[in-house]
Amino acid sequence: MSDTEERRGGLVGYVLLLPAGAWLTLFFVVPLVTLVSTSFYDPAGSLELGYRVTGQVTNYASVLSDYSEQFLRSLGYAATATLVCVLLGYPLAYAIAFKAGRWRNLMLVAVIAPFFTSFLIRTLSWQLILADQGWVVDTLQFLHLLGEDGRLLATPVAVVTGITYNFLPFMVLPLYASLEKIDPRLIEAGSDLYASPFTTFRTVTLPLSLPGLVAGTLLTFIPAAGDYINAQLLGNTRTQMIGNVIQKLFDGGSYPEAAALSVTLMAVIVVLVLAYVRRAGTEDLV
Amino acid sequence: MGSANDLVLTGVSKRFGSFVAVDDLDLTVPAGSFFALLGPSGCGKTTTLRMIAGLETPTGGRITLGADDITALKPYRRPVNTVFQSYALFPHMTIAENVAFGLRRSGTRDVKDQVAAMLEMVELGDYGRRKPAQLSGGQQQRVALARALINRPRVLLLDEPLGALDLKLRRQMQIELKQIQTEVETTFVHVTHDQEEAMTMADTVAVMNAGVIEQMGRPEDLYEHPSTTFVANFLGQSNLIRGELGGAEQADVVVDVHGTRLLAPGAQVPDGGREVWVGIRPEKVTLAAAGAGALRGANVLESGVVTDASFTGVSTQYLVRMPWGQELMVFEQNTGQHKGFVVGDTVDLHWVPDHTFLLDAGQDSAAGVERETVP
Ligand SMILES: Nc1ncnc2c1ncn2[C@@H]1O[C@H](COP(=O)(O)OP(=O)(O)O)[C@@H](O)[C@H]1O
Ligand SMILES: [Mg+2]
Repeated sequence: MSDTEERRGGLVGYVLLLPAGAWLTLFFVVPLVTLVSTSFYDPAGSLELGYRVTGQVTNYASVLSDYSEQFLRSLGYAATATLVCVLLGYPLAYAIAFKAGRWRNLMLVAVIAPFFTSFLIRTLSWQLILADQGWVVDTLQFLHLLGEDGRLLATPVAVVTGITYNFLPFMVLPLYASLEKIDPRLIEAGSDLYASPFTTFRTVTLPLSLPGLVAGTLLTFIPAAGDYINAQLLGNTRTQMIGNVIQKLFDGGSYPEAAALSVTLMAVIVVLVLAYVRRAGTEDLV
Repeated sequence: MGSANDLVLTGVSKRFGSFVAVDDLDLTVPAGSFFALLGPSGCGKTTTLRMIAGLETPTGGRITLGADDITALKPYRRPVNTVFQSYALFPHMTIAENVAFGLRRSGTRDVKDQVAAMLEMVELGDYGRRKPAQLSGGQQQRVALARALINRPRVLLLDEPLGALDLKLRRQMQIELKQIQTEVETTFVHVTHDQEEAMTMADTVAVMNAGVIEQMGRPEDLYEHPSTTFVANFLGQSNLIRGELGGAEQADVVVDVHGTRLLAPGAQVPDGGREVWVGIRPEKVTLAAAGAGALRGANVLESGVVTDASFTGVSTQYLVRMPWGQELMVFEQNTGQHKGFVVGDTVDLHWVPDHTFLLDAGQDSAAGVERETVP
């Protein structure tokens, strides 16, 4: 290949990158820069009067001291919901991939079907399901798993249930994609080589589905940590998550604090995700 | 050695729905033998192997290994290991981890040393830390072999283990596999659809067709004395000519073939009617110019016309049209002593009566002919 051809080839590559680059700049870089700079504004200003760019870090200090409780709660709820999603989603994905036979496509459609209804509507219907007079509470009370005046709505259980419900497909789909790729002969090879079904699962199936598990937990945990709809519709004031705080600050016009909180949430999530991915060692997987 | 470790299948069947993949199969694999299960694609070889491995449950029958009935034993409890058709190496493990897998399950102690020794044996000593994807097809094949053999199974099952390799590598691996088998003295059950592979490697070959065993024996016996038209055509090539049995003549029997009197070994006469297929292998026949004298006692078919002659180097392969219209194959060794014939020559076909075999005429003379062409 001659020099000019090579250069032209390179040029074409850059030209092809332009739309994506423009898109990223417009919808990611600009908002991010705006968000970060807003977080350093003087909180005394307002949209009408304008803000002074003071470059102060007090926004961060104050939101961290004021809202650390909601912060930890968000991470806790998100982690719990992610864990429950794994416990529910793994067997489901496994069944669809290996046991469903001709029902496979139907089951996949069933996993995706909830997306045809709005997120909000679906969460609202959980209000009905978990309501104090609902059959779930009745049943649990009948079984004495819940006290006479016990309730589900407006408790952490309801919020975590809502999050779990809403993000379960994001766990199941990548897990299914990973499991479905596993050659059944590998599982047979495991059992041919003296591994019991459980040992084969532990040494062959699980490691090979790790990419899907990592993707699923990230797709669940990240949006769950920033979610506020579930806490708002299914929780009470004592189950507020960081998303609710940001929304409240936003509604109250406290843009600099809201921005500082958002940036902090992003930073924490990035750090957690990096640590997690490195721990899971997915880059080493085939 | 001896019958204490023979693998015996008694009346084993496998049905998938209404489809019978393996039909009432009886098979004895002598301990320590290199046993080949040979048959065309789809005849039930893999299914048979999977039932021995425990990966498929027989619909009927019994499988015993020595004194142990293993018919219902879980695969991970059987002293049997498999080299899978596509190797099925664990992609997330290194070569050494793959080979160690079985030993780790059984809690053996000096796993590391055994793995090193086994990798040495299959000439992959330096590859232990690689992943399967970093190895060539031939190397992966050897890893699969090592991973199975290291467990010292009482029977090793190989499902078309060389099928994915190119011709040259396949020939080389055939020799290596045979050497390894002689070295470890384990019973090998080797499944293949390649008749040449089966004959070069195995002590005993079982020819399988449509879920049943057609014939079983030493490769030489199968080749020289096929008992069905399928075996006659599937193992090498055969000329099958319609004939009618006559009387006995000392140890031989007389057969009338389109008006010509031929002799065949009397031990070969099939049960059934007087109609028979008279078989003769193309390389057993010599061509002579029409009317040239034959050796005393030879079988002679006169007045054929050469319709095709193709020179392959080692031999010349002729097609000769006989007076009754059938085309017969004749392979002449290129010894340099005969002058070749050309299309249109009139020739006689000579052969030694002992090389003749007789088959029941109730069978399709074309059974087993349509083989997959060997690449
Ligand atoms: N799980 C199965 N379900 C239905 N039919 C099968 C199954 N496994 C094999 N068969 C059928 O059984 C026959 C024998 O298959 P197989 O043992 O794989 O043949 P071979 O290994 O000799 O090529 C084939 O016709 C195949 O389609
Ligand atoms: Mg097969």
